[in-house]
Amino acid sequence: MELDGAARHPPKRRVPAAAPRMADPHPLFDDTSATGGGGTHPGRGYGVPPVAASSSSPYPPPASFLGEPVSSLAVAYGTSLANQGRDIVDRNLDRFIPVGRLKYYFAVDTVYVGRKLGLLIFPFVHQDWQVRYQQDAPVAPRFDVNAPDLYIPAMAFITYILVAGLALGTQNRFSPDSLGLQASSALAWLIVEVLAVLLSLYLVTVNTDLTTIDLLAFAGYKYVGMIIGLLSGLLFGRTGYYVVLSWCCLSIFVFMIRTLRLKLLSEAAAEGVLVRGAKNQLRMYLTMAIAAAQPLFMYWLTYHLLR
Amino acid sequence: MAFTLYSLLQAALLIVNAVAVLHEERFLRHVGWGSDQGIGGFGEEPGIKAQLTNLIRSVRTVMRVPLIAVNSITIILLLLFG
Repeated sequence: MELDGAARHPPKRRVPAAAPRMADPHPLFDDTSATGGGGTHPGRGYGVPPVAASSSSPYPPPASFLGEPVSSLAVAYGTSLANQGRDIVDRNLDRFIPVGRLKYYFAVDTVYVGRKLGLLIFPFVHQDWQVRYQQDAPVAPRFDVNAPDLYIPAMAFITYILVAGLALGTQNRFSPDSLGLQASSALAWLIVEVLAVLLSLYLVTVNTDLTTIDLLAFAGYKYVGMIIGLLSGLLFGRTGYYVVLSWCCLSIFVFMIRTLRLKLLSEAAAEGVLVRGAKNQLRMYLTMAIAAAQPLFMYWLTYHLLR
Repeated sequence: MAFTLYSLLQAALLIVNAVAVLHEERFLRHVGWGSDQGIGGFGEEPGIKAQLTNLIRSVRTVMRVPLIAVNSITIILLLLFG
């Protein structure tokens, strides 16, 4: 009886804690978790030793200490400590990394990823580059192919490191720490690029709604072209590498210009009308510089892998 | 290209040190980058030079004390671990 009571308590205590989190007012993702599943799974962790003990009767249950009244107090104390710890972590983590904003950048689906990859390789036909807004907030990436996301850059970065390892391996230049070296080198260049763009945006006093994470996403899009260039270089030799890399450089250049034009330049200049004035000229130069830095980085980060 | 995160940190520390060393009276004023030298009117948007001057002044003000700590730690670590 006592064992059943101890088994029944944790599931009851878990469900009220889990329910408020499931009623999320911002449904970026489809909620596929059933309320029953969320309630019983953590409870099963507590309930397993007493339940198994009560079902196997002949020998003394291995975790009979969980049946004592003192241990139920300990279970309650441990649960409240864990809840407090989780609250503290949630609150403090939100100060350093905006977790809510990060979720927006990962709200993607397969159709979006396919379309975005096609856009990165062939941006010449796409007409409308404006991100659609919904009550002052930009629409999540899964609803608009123009919105920046962090899924493709993150996956492309990891794939680039793996392909770099593959390229080094086919030339017998591979060692485990070289993989880590490639990773930290690429990461360092990414950070340098984002900081340089931030600095130049500050100096030119552009009033834009580009956040740091947006810049990180745009800087990460070039890894897709780098991967394709590297793979074609491995398959078809240096000529294949140069041809495919120049195509990917050109497409990333056009992609960046068309995307940044809407964000950095004023309304009139973004339409394509030639607006005179020093400020607009400066912003145009800044857009061209940011877009031109992408092919440079793409070549810099891949040529030493295909020697 | 052995460009690790640690060398990035070292480069950043050296650059911030370089900015912190620029003296207001003895140097910046003579070049024309002093903090009180004609930083545009009110309605005008500040140009690049004004932004740079502001940036240098704010970096020097903000990073003065933390730089002491970070430099000391870096010196001790380099002495210990080479």
